[in-house]
Amino acid sequence: MKSIVCIKRVPDSEARIRIAGDGRSIDPSGVKHVMNPYDEVALEEALRLKEAAGEGSVTVVSVGPEASKEILRTALAMGADDAVLLQCAGSPDGLAIARALAAEIGGRERDLVLFGKQAIDDDNMQVPAMVAELLHLPCATVVVELEIADGHAVARREVEGGHEVIEFDLPGVVSAQKGLNEPRYPSLKGIMAAKKKPLEVRDVELPESKVQILSLEEPPARQSGDVVGGGAEAVPELVRRLRERALL
Amino acid sequence: MPAGRVLAFAETRDSALRPVAGEAVTAARELAEALGSPVDAFLLGPPGIAREAAGLGAYGADRIFVAENEAFSSYAPDASLRLCAEILGRETYSAIIFPASAQGKDLAPRAAAMLDRGLATEVTGLGAEDGVPVAVRPVYAGKAIARVTFTDLPALISVRPNVFRAVKRPGEGLVESVEVAPEPSSQRVKGIETGERETLDVSEATVVVSGGRGMKDPKNWAVLEDLVDALGEHATLGASRAVVDAGWRPHVEQVGQTGKVVSPTLYFAIGISGAIQHLAGMRTAKTIVAINKDAEAPIFQIADLGIVGDLFEVVPALAAEIRRVHAES
Repeated sequence: MKSIVCIKRVPDSEARIRIAGDGRSIDPSGVKHVMNPYDEVALEEALRLKEAAGEGSVTVVSVGPEASKEILRTALAMGADDAVLLQCAGSPDGLAIARALAAEIGGRERDLVLFGKQAIDDDNMQVPAMVAELLHLPCATVVVELEIADGHAVARREVEGGHEVIEFDLPGVVSAQKGLNEPRYPSLKGIMAAKKKPLEVRDVELPESKVQILSLEEPPARQSGDVVGGGAEAVPELVRRLRERALL
Repeated sequence: MPAGRVLAFAETRDSALRPVAGEAVTAARELAEALGSPVDAFLLGPPGIAREAAGLGAYGADRIFVAENEAFSSYAPDASLRLCAEILGRETYSAIIFPASAQGKDLAPRAAAMLDRGLATEVTGLGAEDGVPVAVRPVYAGKAIARVTFTDLPALISVRPNVFRAVKRPGEGLVESVEVAPEPSSQRVKGIETGERETLDVSEATVVVSGGRGMKDPKNWAVLEDLVDALGEHATLGASRAVVDAGWRPHVEQVGQTGKVVSPTLYFAIGISGAIQHLAGMRTAKTIVAINKDAEAPIFQIADLGIVGDLFEVVPALAAEIRRVHAES
């Protein structure tokens, strides 16, 4: 079972986001970065599939700045076999990233290409299905259950009100939703072993982004409203105010 | 040169249009008015879906392209792309609008890759500058708001559910049937498994009742379920990350940066202190009501209305009062 897992370095979900002076990007100073949480789930799934098969490999690939080496090392410490950083500057759009990844993945032997369902920075949620389309591979996105046997995959993906069942023959693309598994923490042994695992860094020229950011702003501030009272006695007043707003 | 038309993808399920279909057409109409161009819609479904399709005219679709086939009872990504390509071969389009639903979020990127065009997802505002669409979309789960434009047309855009409220207007759409083959398809969609009761998704509900750690125990959720029941069929349950991580509630209910970003008309935050990643996921709700025993909880800083108190007293009283006023009116 050979898997390729695409991962991204993103600001931690608890991070406060400030707009940079150019008005089109965020100020990275003092922001803690982590592996995108959904990518941890994708990586965990690849590791489990390899362990269950008793053979194979897990390669992690990231597109981003040099600092992305940190999350690739974390991935190696969790158990990935080798890592590739396609180094580039700026914040390319989804299609530019998908093209870089498709070019890298297209030439590699693989049964499964895994992604997190979305990166929690630009929230594009588009690269996995784009890579599948570019490589003409079957695809299941936002997957919460995955069974693989005899070169055949059955995936359950989260849809409104239930799970959609998708079947395909390998190779294919899967994007992982939380709940698919519980990602492991790197062990001390894993961290030590990661230092000796291959991490290849290559510069890539990305195609021009077709989606251009004109401006980035802080969301409009919400006025804090009224505490209508304390305890159950305040309920009639709350209901009156909600009806005044035609909400009930 | 006149601006190209705007095309909307109308999602169907079980031989009916989904509510987001009307929203996608409404959003397309808004953009088309900014561009000064007509609106078309396309959809796939089982035989008979064309009758449903005519209803999209009321949301502003001038023409509606329909592909009927028994195989389209379930989501058919490859056939949807073929229909989209067929329509794009006939006319010039400035934009294609998808709903940012589970299906739309799966299909739109495939279309963008096929067409080699940019895609802006989860868009909450639309306009045009010099004949080119400009989209507003939250990033970092709403901690920042981006305005984006496109280097090439058609621009692909998915619109966040509940933001572009479907608006009916006078007018009829012309339904045109298009033959689309169900095969080949690289994946087989076997249909949707629902639980005992098909619950309304937190991203599409107009009223959300979310519980946090203040609920103390998963057994206590009956209190919130009763409030949802009192609020009616457009209400559903949500949850904070803390209670999902604790295994009290399923991830599908999680609101926040690593859950769903929601824009309901009415949002109840109950026993939720208001961590930054949670606030990011619900701050675009029209009205936020907080119920928390801690008057200093950050949730009160963004709530429109609040009650400080023991939720186990306040919430049952609230459900009872809502039922009482509904019975009266």
